[in-house]
Amino acid sequence: MSASFYTKPANNGNAGVAMETSWDSNPGRQRTLQPITTGASVLAIKYNAGVIMVADTLGSYGSLAKFRSIPRVLRVNDATVAAASGDLADMQFLNTVVENHAIDEEIHEHGIAYSPASLHSWLTRVMYNRRSRINPLWNTYIVAGTEAGQPFLGYVNMLGVAFKEDCLATGFGSHLCLGLLREALDAAGGYAGLTEETATSALEACLRVLYYRDCRAYNQYQLANVPVAKPAQVSGPHFLQSDWSVAKLVKHYTE
Amino acid sequence: MSSIGTGYDLDVSEYSPEGKLFQVEYAHKAVESSGTAVGICCRDGVVLAVENIVTSKLYETNCNRRVFHIDRHIGMAASGLLPDARAVARHAREEAADYRQSHGEPMPLSELASRVSNLMHAYTMYSAVRPFGCGVLLAAFENGRPQLYGVEPSGVYYSYHGYAIGKAKQNARTEIEKLKLAELSAANGVKEAAKIIYSCHDEVKDKYFELDLSLTSAETAGRHVIVTGEQWTEASNYAKAALEEHDSDDDV
Repeated sequence: MSASFYTKPANNGNAGVAMETSWDSNPGRQRTLQPITTGASVLAIKYNAGVIMVADTLGSYGSLAKFRSIPRVLRVNDATVAAASGDLADMQFLNTVVENHAIDEEIHEHGIAYSPASLHSWLTRVMYNRRSRINPLWNTYIVAGTEAGQPFLGYVNMLGVAFKEDCLATGFGSHLCLGLLREALDAAGGYAGLTEETATSALEACLRVLYYRDCRAYNQYQLANVPVAKPAQVSGPHFLQSDWSVAKLVKHYTE
Repeated sequence: MSSIGTGYDLDVSEYSPEGKLFQVEYAHKAVESSGTAVGICCRDGVVLAVENIVTSKLYETNCNRRVFHIDRHIGMAASGLLPDARAVARHAREEAADYRQSHGEPMPLSELASRVSNLMHAYTMYSAVRPFGCGVLLAAFENGRPQLYGVEPSGVYYSYHGYAIGKAKQNARTEIEKLKLAELSAANGVKEAAKIIYSCHDEVKDKYFELDLSLTSAETAGRHVIVTGEQWTEASNYAKAALEEHDSDDDV
């Protein structure tokens, strides 16, 4: 047991001022330069009674579709799920930390568990602190769940940029699909008018668009549904039907 | 009568001429003057029960439970000084969490018991610290086998089919020996453990106590669960009824 009676919170300091390069003191150590095995987009949307999130199960090794059933959706507790795109090693590391925190909270039985907002806040602090040391966890996280009877949806990226919205997407999804999700919300007059079925089919349509147009996307995915009054459910793998018959119209496709 | 260790009982680092460590023995006394804790290995699970003596009706119920979760699959019941028990629980939780993070799987109970024993023993070797004034019972249901370990203030630990520590440990152990553990289901074990606690409780000396009960079994899928609600009420009623029956037998 430690003899100290009180330890002050860690002081990271120095961010942006004189950054000592870690390899002076520890030659083997390096900072994150690039993601290696990566996950593609994560999409999520609120609906009238909860929130749904989808992520495909591909781990890409550059342009090689190397690992085809990597679960990227983490069930934290009954009210919270999280998924990440970006470097999968960093994701698995952070997910382990989150899971261990969740177990710690469970065994203390105070009735306090990670709410999606508190997980989102914690992730933001972790990601921002890592970026401030120029050694980021190369991920974009989406945290989804229910908080005080309301659906919650939050985004955190490797720079520590964080915000909450009614629909979210990472990576290519933010370019190709966010517009489609926003249209679905507008058509329903906000998430309170969106049913679970409409939300699910909107997300599936977006996944299909990604599979057609994003070279790193895949047609097998996990789906997480966190309804307001019920426990979170992560289901999968689901398979996406796609129609590539238009390929025959492409000149020189078959030669 | 207790032997007085005059002159050899000031430090735990001092032996007496008979080879005793009096501070450790005094720590045992702290356990023996505290509410009984009972652990029973049933056919398909392990039950822990504690006679949690409450000294004032002003306390909120269940504010100072004597049964702890150590990770999801291990439970700990404690007899003796409660703050010491909490320190042991905290250390055990760290060990279990570290193991899970390094090995990627839950810590086996035998390993945890060994670590807890090492911790408690370490505090019996230096004059700068005092031994833990608590004994703990550790329970888990691993690979279909119920397991129970008991660690005492000296650091000694054994694996048990059933065990009791605290005030009425002798009576409780006798009661446990009467049970046919190999045939007893964990669900019934909960009731039997409650019955033992009630029957060993001394109404005269300690008026008011809370029954802390927990269960780790095939039914809970190996999770350590604190028994509350209907199951707790059922067990506590079973125990009280058995007491009344026993009392009415005396009238004959």
